[in-house]
Formats: sequence, C-alpha cells, structure tokens
Amino acid sequence: MGKVVVITSGKGGVGKTTTSAALGAALAQGGEKVVVVDFDVGLRNLDLVMGAERRVVYDLVNVIQGEAKLAQALIRDKRVETLYLLAASQTRDKDNLTPEGVEKVISALAGAFDWVICDSPAGIERGATLAMRHADIAIVVTNPEVSSVRDSDRIIGLLDSKTMKAENGERMEKHLLLTRYDPSRAERGDMLKVDDVLEILSIPLLGIIPESMDVLKASNVGAPVTLADDASAPARAYFDAARRLKGEPIPVTIPGEKRGFFGKIFGRKAA
Amino acid sequence: MSDAVAEAAVVYLLLTIFSVHRSNGKFTKVTNVLTQPRPIRLKGRSFLALALSPELPFEDWLARLDDLAARSAGFFLRRPVVLDIDGLDIDRNELRELLSQLGQRNVRIMGIEGARPSLLGSDLPPAMTDGRPASDFEPPSASTEQTVEQHAEEEAVEETAIQTVQARAIPSMIVTEPVRSGQSLFFPEGDVTVIGSVASGAEVVAGGSIHIYGTLRGRALAGTTGNASARIFCRKLEAELIAIDGFYKTAEDMEPDLRGQAVHIWLEGETVKTGTLG
Repeated sequence: MGKVVVITSGKGGVGKTTTSAALGAALAQGGEKVVVVDFDVGLRNLDLVMGAERRVVYDLVNVIQGEAKLAQALIRDKRVETLYLLAASQTRDKDNLTPEGVEKVISALAGAFDWVICDSPAGIERGATLAMRHADIAIVVTNPEVSSVRDSDRIIGLLDSKTMKAENGERMEKHLLLTRYDPSRAERGDMLKVDDVLEILSIPLLGIIPESMDVLKASNVGAPVTLADDASAPARAYFDAARRLKGEPIPVTIPGEKRGFFGKIFGRKAA
Repeated sequence: MSDAVAEAAVVYLLLTIFSVHRSNGKFTKVTNVLTQPRPIRLKGRSFLALALSPELPFEDWLARLDDLAARSAGFFLRRPVVLDIDGLDIDRNELRELLSQLGQRNVRIMGIEGARPSLLGSDLPPAMTDGRPASDFEPPSASTEQTVEQHAEEEAVEETAIQTVQARAIPSMIVTEPVRSGQSLFFPEGDVTVIGSVASGAEVVAGGSIHIYGTLRGRALAGTTGNASARIFCRKLEAELIAIDGFYKTAEDMEPDLRGQAVHIWLEGETVKTGTLG
C-alpha cells in the first residue's frame, strides 16, 4: 500500500497546489510511482500547474459518480512517466464528493501507487475535510505570517480529530512546510521568524521554500517547479523536502542564513 | 432545583433593570451607570433542559402533547424547555404560531436548536447549539402525579450520584497536546493542566484552576462554577482573555510588562491580580 499524503493549510493562496505539484514531481523523478489528486472541485488549478489542462477528459467526480473508470481518469505526465494526475471537476458541485466515493478512490489509488498526494482546497469545509480524511501523512503549508499560522493551527486541530487515523485512535503524521519565505523581509522583521512559527504550531519542519519568481515562472509554463528548473532555489528546497518525507535525515537550512562574505555585505547594504 | 435558581436569577435581573430605570428616570443616566469601571462578571452554568422535537403536521403533534399534558398537569411548569426544530421545513410565521400554541399550553421555550439563523428574529427565543444528549426525561405515565414526581426525584438522586463518582474519579484533566485554534476544553469538574500551548483562538474553561506548561495565547477561564480561589498559571503569557470566577481581563487591560512572562493570575476581592512566577 502506498502512502496517502494530504497537502493542506486552511488559508488560501499559501502554496498548496504549487507544493502538491512540486513534491509529486520530485518524488516521481526519484522513480517512485506518484499520483496527485485535486480535491478543489469547482476551482481546480492543479491541472494548470501540471500543464495538463488540455488533456483532462474525466475527473475525480466522474470516477466517484461511476461515469468513468479510475484508469480512464488518470492523466500521465509527459515529462516524468511515473507521475499521474487525477483532476478535479470544474463544472460540478463539491457536494458530488461523497465520503464513500472518496474512500473507494483513495484506497484504489493507494493500492496502485507509492504516493497518493491529495491537494486540499482552502477552508475547513467538505472538500478540505474529505481530502484529509483518509490521509496517512499531512503536510501543513504555512506562510510566515499570523493569519496563515492561526489557520494552520486550526487545521492541525482538525487533523487530530476529524480524520480516519484520529478516529481509530492513531496519530496522524504531520509536517510543516513553510512557504514563500522571504529572507530579506525576515531580516527586517516583517515576517514571523521560523522559530516562532515552529513554537506556535509545534509540529516537525519538513522544509522552508523561499519566495521566488521561479515559482510563478514555472506555473506560467505549466510545469511543477521541480521540473521547470531543477537548480532553482525553490526546486532545491522541494527536492530536500521530498527526501525528508521519505525519511532521509537532511538538516533544514533557513534561506539567507548561510550567506557568504559578499552576501553579508550586500545584505547589510540592502537593509 | 437548578431551574428554580435560574428563574430566581432572571427575576432578580428584571427587578434591577426596572429599578435602574425608575430611579434614574432618564436614559442617559443608565449609560452613566454602564460606563463605571467595575467589571461585569461572566459566569458559566449548565442546566438540564428538556428538548422538545415537534413533528409536522403540528396539529397532530400538539394533540399528542395535549394528551401527555392531560396525564400530568404541570409537567412542563418550571422546566427549561428547548425546541429542537432540526430538519423541519417551516417558515418564521409557522414557528411563531407554534411558539404561541406552546405558550397557550404554558410551555415556555428558552431557546431553539437546529434552526437556520434566518428563521430566528429578535422577538424569538435565541438559537442554541452544541447541546449534549442527557438521559431521557421520564414522560408522565397514566398513573397519578405522585409517581411522576417520584420518578423525577429518583432520577435526580441517580444523577447526583453519578456526578459525585465522576468528580472523585477525575479530579483534574491533563492534556498532553497543544490546544489548537478553534478547540475548546471544557472541564467544569475541576482543574485543567495543559502540557503544551493554548493557541490564539482556542479556549480552556475550567471549574478549578488552569495550568499551562507552554504559551497561553488564547483564552483561559478558571473557576467558572463560582470558585473564586481558582488560579491561572502559565509559562508564557500572551493571552487574549483571562477570567476567574467571572471577573475577566482582556489583553488590552493586562500590564504590558507581563507579556511573555511566566505568570500566575488570581482574584483578590473583585480584582484580577497578576504576578510573575519564579
């Protein structure tokens, strides 16, 4: 059985979809069989970020409603052959996601893939709770600012109470992924510090993704950031996060803190 | 017993309001009274209410209610009654009509459960949520009233017995995980200890003292069942609100130099006192 991972945050716009695509692609490039599932029915984006928007025929709702077989709805990535996408429906209502239907689809996917990555919609409504319901591991995507941190805290509370793992009395494995981290703003004190976020949320840190134009560039060309330019700073951070997710002990570096001599001089000047 | 207390409290409240109006005569003076710095007390109290779940059509249901009431006059008297209308497809006029029908039968509704917010107005009883199921009330049987009362008494005795047993078995509640935003810990029986932090937007409500071995960022309400000697302890104070026995302080009222400190909070008379620890 593969591992079911939910990418969740509570707040919108923090980078869940970017993270789902980037981590999915990073894991798949290591040869593992990965499917990313978009749960954002009505506001789907993952197909765009994955560059598969013109290849969607059937989607998650079609599979749940029995209108299509799972194999028909899975879209194979053209660049990495072990990476698949299950798109969300853009036209249907989110009420079409039924708990039984989602359970069936997720367990079928977990039987066929090494990783099932569920891209949760924002909020704490039906779509979000169904996306997290059958997960083994949760990745909580958070920006270093107060409203995102509080929403993440709320989501962690739900992960510990409303998921199958929690209801069976087991512990959900939770990781924090700090995204859109801007070293220069952090230095000026405009953002919460990494330690403060970790202290408030008190779950282990999976990685810190720096704020970067590369993320926007990648989604504009329809490629996960880890496929668009695998040497860019966010891509490297995602590759490291993917390795930590597999259990490799790689220390987390805070962007901007390992700056060299010149970097320090320029950093001071800029500030 | 408890509902009698509630009624007494309501009557007392009405009397005080009336007397304020009468003695001052002018509305402006009432505002003067309100601006006095004396804090308002917030107290928690729980009552066992009887929940009525009406069914459509209401005529039939009311007929059955009349039948029940005929067997025991005064069954609903002095009992807090909550109306559970979850799943009923009715509009505001139908609800109002039902309430007046119940009123004619001396059934006074203190709150409405399961109603859409749009259904309720300021002239209707307030919405109630998060009700916890309790043991069923024994409906009056065909026999005499005496047995009914006996039933009620027996039930009451049974309940207090259970409660005391619980209180002895769990004198305090210990939580080893952080209390997350949106979560509410409610423990009227005694002390609450949290090994971890209480997040912004979370709350801990205890009948006794509250101990937070972490940062208190949310709300902590100690001694809510009328325990003025309850205290709040935390390793780091960043709280939104603290209260002991109904006397509260918001973040703005707290001394700024206590923020981020290890503190304990207690009540001296009617003032909330704070001091650093260690």
